[in-house]
Formats: sequence, structure tokens, C-alpha cells
Amino acid sequence: MVPTQEEYYRALAERHGEELQRRFRQARVAVCGLGGLGSNIAVHLARAGVGSLLLIDFDRVDLSNLNRQQYFVNQLGQPKTQALAETLAGIAPYCRVETRAVKVDAESIPGLFDGCGIVCEAFDRAEAKAMLVQGVLEHYPDVCLVSGVGMAGLGSANAIRTRKIGRNFYLCGDGGSESGPDSPLISARVAVCAAHEASMVLRLLAGEREP
Amino acid sequence: MVKINGEERDLAGVTLADYLAGGGYDARRVAVERNEEIVPKSRYAQTVLADGDCIEIVNFVGGG
Repeated sequence: MVPTQEEYYRALAERHGEELQRRFRQARVAVCGLGGLGSNIAVHLARAGVGSLLLIDFDRVDLSNLNRQQYFVNQLGQPKTQALAETLAGIAPYCRVETRAVKVDAESIPGLFDGCGIVCEAFDRAEAKAMLVQGVLEHYPDVCLVSGVGMAGLGSANAIRTRKIGRNFYLCGDGGSESGPDSPLISARVAVCAAHEASMVLRLLAGEREP
Repeated sequence: MVKINGEERDLAGVTLADYLAGGGYDARRVAVERNEEIVPKSRYAQTVLADGDCIEIVNFVGGG
């Protein structure tokens, strides 16, 4: 049985405290890319009670995603935006989830993140990551940007950390390990990086500016 | 002196485009902040590094 909105938010406030919960609930956060990073980030933010999420991904759920992404076999072939929105509805029924099944390019960035206080970069390809970071920092200088770089392979999870690069720009990851044939993306380590991104988002919402 | 990714270097007068090319960076995979402001990719060739600049070059790799 689905709890009422009042029951749901009372339970979160009991866990997190009224003030923190109010801050989380007022927030609108964008997650760009719903793969190993983005699907995990979105789940963490929804569980924390973030009030509004904008989920962006052009792709569909594929069998090769199940090793690390928050999808299920009965969602194979579905747009990731739709599949993840359904999963989040089961976790956080009162989170407002808005989806855009589009491929983000440099031209589409202006306007895309209006109303978002924080943007999470969670793309897979290096060029797409660079393009998004460039575009967000250029067109949304007052929005906080949290990006994930370097989480492939099975190197120490302790190498993954969060750094503050610019005024509103945070970088999570080990900085260097690229995915490839000898350096696969494995759920646990990707999830560490995703949790760094989600933690930084929640710290920012709590008023903390340092990583 | 110019501070690049935390390291002091004697690079005043060098353009950002030349520095990136010389360092083996792929301009499509980087984002560059100069004194905490993003440098648009279209301005790499005109951006001349100056004494006291603080440059952060983020080199993106695949995976997510």
C-alpha cells in the first residue's frame, strides 16, 4: 500500500530532520545520462526526498546495462527515462520526475536546465561529458555542476574522491581510469562514483560548499 | 608564472590552444577554467596565458 504524502514526508523528516528534509524537498536537480552513474544518482536523490528530478537520456535499456545500472529485465527495450521514472515512483512516490528522452548537444543546453539549482553530469562518452560541462558552466554560471570522471576497472575504490574545481564545479572520480576492453565498468566502483556525485548534491542542498 | 592544475609553470604569453596541443590534449575532451571562469572552446586560440593566471584543465575520460 502506498503511504500518503504526509506519512511519507513525516518518515523522511524523522530520519533526516525537518530542516534538511525541507531543503531536499524544495530542490530541483537534473541528471544527465541515466547509465551506471545517472541511474544510481537518481535513486540516491529520490531516496533522500529531493522534490523534483529532471532525467535526461536518449537511450533504451539494453541487456549490457544490467551489470551496473538500476534497471530490470522486464524493462529491456524501454526508454531509460521511462524505466527509471517507474522505478523511482516505486521508491519515492511523491518525487516530481520530469523526463527528456533527447540527445543533448551544445545547441540544446541553453534553456534545458532552467529552474534547476544543480546539474549532475553522468554521461558515458568523454566528448559528451566535456560538451555538457562546457555548456553548463558557460550558460548557467550560477548553477552548481557535479561531474563524474574516472571510475572504470577494479582499482582501489579509495582512489575515487570529490574535488572542487571552480566556483560551482565539482568533479568526482579517480580522474583517469577510462573504460575499455581491459578496464570494464563494474557496478560497485561505478556506484562509488555515483554516490560521490549524489553526496555532493545533498551537501550542496544542505548548504555545504566544500567537497 | 601560470598555475596549471596546481603546478607553477613559466607559460605567460602562450595561447591556451598551443598549450593544449603541446600537452597532447584533445580539445574535444577537455574543459578549461581560467581563474574560476570557463573558457569557451571557441576562444582557446585567442586566450593568452598571463602571469598570475590559475588554470584548471579537466581531461574527461569515458565511463559512466
